[in-house]
Amino acid sequence: MSDTPVLSIQDLTVSLGTRRGPARAVAGVDWSVRAGETFALVGESGSGKSMTVLAATGLAPEAARVTGRVELLGEELTTMPAQRRRRMRGRHVGFVFQDPMTSLNPVLTVGRQIAEPCEEHLGMSRRAARDRAVELLDLVGIPSAAQRVEAYPHQFSGGMRQRVVIAMALACEPDLLIADEPTTALDVTTQAQIVELIAALQQRLGTAVVWITHDLGVVAGVADTVAVMYGGRIVEQGPVEAVFADPSHPYTAALLAARPEPGRVVAQLPAIQGSPPSPFELPPGCAFWSRCPVRADARCEHELPPLAEVAPAHLVRSFYQQARQGEGR
Amino acid sequence: MNRPEPQAPPTAPPTAPAPAGDIVAELDELKVWFPAPGRTSVRAVDGVSLQIRRGETLGLVGESGSGKSTTGLALLRLVEPTAGRIHVAGEEVTGWSRRRLRRLRRRVAMVFQDPQASLDPRRTIADSVAEPLIVHGLGGDRAGRRRRVAELLELVGLRGDLADRHPHELSGGQRQRVGIARALAGEPDLIVLDEPIASLDLSVQAQIMNLLRGLQAELGLTYLFIAHDLAAVEHMSDRIAVMYLGRIVETGTPAQIYGNPGHPYTAALLSAIPVADPLVERRRRRIILTGEIPSPVDPPSGCRFRTRCPQARPDCAETDPDLIEVETGQYAACLYAVEAVRQMRARQEEPAPPKPRFEPDTTTGGEAGLSRSAGLD
Repeated sequence: MSDTPVLSIQDLTVSLGTRRGPARAVAGVDWSVRAGETFALVGESGSGKSMTVLAATGLAPEAARVTGRVELLGEELTTMPAQRRRRMRGRHVGFVFQDPMTSLNPVLTVGRQIAEPCEEHLGMSRRAARDRAVELLDLVGIPSAAQRVEAYPHQFSGGMRQRVVIAMALACEPDLLIADEPTTALDVTTQAQIVELIAALQQRLGTAVVWITHDLGVVAGVADTVAVMYGGRIVEQGPVEAVFADPSHPYTAALLAARPEPGRVVAQLPAIQGSPPSPFELPPGCAFWSRCPVRADARCEHELPPLAEVAPAHLVRSFYQQARQGEGR
Repeated sequence: MNRPEPQAPPTAPPTAPAPAGDIVAELDELKVWFPAPGRTSVRAVDGVSLQIRRGETLGLVGESGSGKSTTGLALLRLVEPTAGRIHVAGEEVTGWSRRRLRRLRRRVAMVFQDPQASLDPRRTIADSVAEPLIVHGLGGDRAGRRRRVAELLELVGLRGDLADRHPHELSGGQRQRVGIARALAGEPDLIVLDEPIASLDLSVQAQIMNLLRGLQAELGLTYLFIAHDLAAVEHMSDRIAVMYLGRIVETGTPAQIYGNPGHPYTAALLSAIPVADPLVERRRRRIILTGEIPSPVDPPSGCRFRTRCPQARPDCAETDPDLIEVETGQYAACLYAVEAVRQMRARQEEPAPPKPRFEPDTTTGGEAGLSRSAGLD
C-alpha cells in the first residue's frame, strides 16, 4: 500500500444555480482518504456531505458549478475529459446509495447487473462475468447465490437488495467505495449486518471507504477519520477517537449531547434551537452562529473562523478555545 | 387460532396490572389481518394485548413489519380488527359504527411520521389546526376558534405570525409542531405518536422530544410512542413493549428492558444499536442476527423468533410461548427467557478479537465474518 491517498479533495466548492438564485452547497472543503481507511462525512440534511462526494466524482447535477481539485489515484479528475473520467470512475469507484432501487434496474436480473461492469471494465467474457457475479453474491452473503443470480431486484428484501448493490459496487474491485447513507433505510438489525459486511470486505480487499451518514453511532463504529459538516463547510475533522472524546466545535458537542443514549436517562435533552440553515442564506461568518450555545461575541457572525489544529490531525473551525465542551464525554 | 398455553394460565395479565379506572386504552388479543393473494392473510397484528395507563408513555418498539404502526392505527379504528377487543376510556369501541367513530377519534389523536404528508399543502396553518375543532364542534364561533388556534400554536412553541403561512413555508420541525397542535385540539385522552421524529434532522429531534415531554407534564397527556429508534423510545417511555412479527415479545420499564432484557430478540435489538463512542464500538461484540424478519403471511410455527434466534432449541418450534413474568412488571414471551439472554451475553463478554488492519485473505466464500442469511435458504 502506498501512501498516496486514493481520493484527495482540495478546496472544493459547489454552487447550484436554481430559480431562487445561487445556492452554496459546498463552500471549500479539503480532505483525503487512503487505502484500507474509512473516512466518515457526517452532517444534517443540506450540510453538503453528499454533494461534496457527488461533485468530486463528477456526478453533480448539470446546474452545479464545481471548482477545486480532486485527485483519484493521483490523477486530476476535474480537468479530465468527461469520457475518461467516466471510465475511471467505473473502474475504480463503487457506489452504494441509501435506496438500493436507485442503483438497480428493475427489468434486469441482478446477475446481469453485477456482470455488466466486469465485462465493461475488466474485459471479462460474458460467461466469466456471470461466474464472478455468483461469486460476488456469495461474498456479500446472499444465500443460494447460484440460483439467486437469475432473480430480479423485486424478488429481494430491502436488506438483501442493499447486499446486491454492494456486490455490484465491488464488482471491479474498486479502490474506493462511496457509501452514501447505505443503512439509513434499513432496520437496526439489518444495519448491523451491512456495517459488518462492509467492514469485512474492506479488511479483505483494502478498499478506501467514504461513509456518508447523519448517524453518529454508525460513525463511531466504522470511521477512522471523521469530518463534521455544517452549512457547506467542515466545522470539525479528526481521528474518530479524538473527535468523540473531545468534541471541540460547539456544533459537534451539541449534536453529541442532543442524542438520547441508552442507559443515560435525563429529563430534558440539551436540544439545539432552530433549524439547519438554508443554502440560499448562508452568512459570511460561521453558519452555526445563530444557533450556537457558546458564541462569545459577534466576531464569528461576520468573520469566518479558520480551520485550526487543536491536537494532532484534529481540526476545528472556531475562534474560541472556551467553546470546547469536552468534559464528561 | 389454537395456541397452546404452556406455563402461564390464560388469564395471566399481558402487561403489569393496574387499577381499572386508570386505564385509558386497552387491547385484548387484537388481531389485524389483511387479505393477501391466494386466500392467505398478512397477519400484521396477531394477538396483541396491552394496556395504556392515564398519564404514562407506553413505548412500542419494533422493526419494519413488526406490526407496531398497525397496532397504533387500530386504536383509532383506522384499520379494522379481525379479532379481539379494543377499549378506550372504559368503553368497548370494537363494534362502533362509522358515525360513532368520530367520537373515538376525538378521544384518540394521532401524530404521523411525515408532517409534510399529513398537512394539506393548500391550507394555512391556522386552518389545519382549526379543522379538528370544526369537526368536533369545539371552540365555539369563528372568533373563539381563532383564539383556541392561537393558544394551541403557543402551546407547541410556534410564533403566532406563522398561523397564516402554508406548510411549505415551514421547516420540518415547525411542521411537526403543527401536527402536534392538531392532535391536541380535541383534548384527547390518548395521543398515538407514530415515528414522530424519524423524518426530522438530528438537531431537531431533541427539540420535538422535549416538547412532547413538556406538554405531557403540563397537560397530563397519555402517549403511545411508536418508534424503531430504541434510544428515543427509552428516553420517552415509562414502559416499553417490544414487538416482533405481530406479537409483543417483551414488556417492562426502560431500566428493565435495557438493563436486563428477558427475550433474546430484545437483547439482539439492543446489541444492534450503534453507540456514539468509538472506544465502546471497537470493543463490543455484536449479536448479529442472521436473515430477516420472516413473512407475516406464514409466520414460523412455535416461537416466531426461533428462525433467527441464536439460542433456539427444538421445542421452540412446537410451543408458542406466552408472556411470562420474569421480574416484577417485566414479561417476556420466551420458553428460555432470561437464561437464553444470559448465554448470549456470556458469549458477548468474551473480548472481541482486535480488528486487524487490511490483510488479504485467500479463503473464499463468506468466512471473513460475513453474516450469512440462513433464513432465506
